[in-house]
Amino acid sequence: MKLIVTDRNGAVHELKGRDDWSAMEVIRDANLPMAAECGGACACATCHVYVAEAWQERLPQAQQQEVDMLDFGVAVQDNSRLACQIRLTEDLDGLELTLAPESL
Amino acid sequence: MSITVAPPGSEHTTDVVIIGAGPTGLFAVFELGLLDLKAHLIDILDRPGGQCTELYPEKPIYDIPALVEVTGQGLTDRLLDQIKPFNATYHLGQMAERLEKSGDGWTVTTDAGTRITARCVVVAAGGGSFTPKRPPIAGIEAYEGKSVFYAVRKMDTFRDRTLVIAGGGDSALDWTLNLQPLVRKLTLVHHRDGFRAAPDSVNKMRALVAEGKMEFIVANIKALQGADGALGGILLNNKERGDFTLRCDALLPFFGLTMKLGPVANFGINLHENLIPVDTGTFESSVPGIFAIGDINTYPGKLKLILSGFHEGALMAQQAFRYCRPEEKLRFQYTTSSSSLQKKLGVA
Repeated sequence: MKLIVTDRNGAVHELKGRDDWSAMEVIRDANLPMAAECGGACACATCHVYVAEAWQERLPQAQQQEVDMLDFGVAVQDNSRLACQIRLTEDLDGLELTLAPESL
Repeated sequence: MSITVAPPGSEHTTDVVIIGAGPTGLFAVFELGLLDLKAHLIDILDRPGGQCTELYPEKPIYDIPALVEVTGQGLTDRLLDQIKPFNATYHLGQMAERLEKSGDGWTVTTDAGTRITARCVVVAAGGGSFTPKRPPIAGIEAYEGKSVFYAVRKMDTFRDRTLVIAGGGDSALDWTLNLQPLVRKLTLVHHRDGFRAAPDSVNKMRALVAEGKMEFIVANIKALQGADGALGGILLNNKERGDFTLRCDALLPFFGLTMKLGPVANFGINLHENLIPVDTGTFESSVPGIFAIGDINTYPGKLKLILSGFHEGALMAQQAFRYCRPEEKLRFQYTTSSSSLQKKLGVA
């Protein structure tokens, strides 16, 4: 399973996704710059990513807690998600994400 | 829970000053206390608990030994209860800003002017100081402190101004309600027509909009317009209107908090990728007498777990004792059997 991640400099990284891991865990383990301050508790919005258009419909809908937490994201868009809440499965092989800007 | 909070700007002398009052810093008070070492704690937040109370007060934690399930707030409350006999002094809502050598020890000065002199310093700062998130808008730095603010120190700063508040959490909504009566014009800007904030505040805000006393716009902030730190307007974007300008002379963005290492980076301690490398026998940094415990340190095999922070605090306390009481012999004792430890705990 692959996860395609574009970093904040525009570089594209092909990461090995692991079934049942969160996208945040895969990105963090690859040492890409993702603060993920709360460690995956959906409590900080520092694992904010943008989902590529082709994938938006294919991800399970965000739970209310994630939607609310995105209020603490910076530069939130319609395709914003929190990577800690994206659970990887075989169906998501090739999922394309872009790291959202961080707080300055 | 009653704790001893010192007034800002005060001066103190103690054995150990701990920077960070999260679970690791709190339990360090216990381990130091068993060795009769007095501690002061500094934290930028206005209450103890660190991430546990700031980020996930109601989330259950399942990996604290012997506590099958405890919330972030519950763990903090239990730690405060456990360290109560040692009566630590808390300096809250303050950031440890400067560290200077002072005789055998160190003086830590906070941004509120509090000065604490101690033989040892323990950095238990987790991921760093909680600071407001700064939106990644080009050139925003030039406006900060003049027309862009991340906190309301004095409400009067906003009197008769044309204010935009951005965000959808409790801070955004609370300040919308509090400042609306005294500004010239208020607009709340949020990326969606839904709010994380308490429903009651949202209803009050919507009532003000209905009465024509303020405006609410669903949009994203794209750019700031103005010169020399004086804001003239902000460029917004939404689906219906595309790009459009909203005139204003003050902006309050409220996007929650993030952790920044902050002044610890200038303490003269060796850092590795914003973490403090330590000796795993003593949890001492590159500078003798300065320790680092909890999420802020690094060593081979480090795990960022609360339980690791507890262990690290226990070993740190042993070494701190050697600095603070060089003439005394360190006596290793168990709380189960030592009447002197039990006396300190107030149970003998």
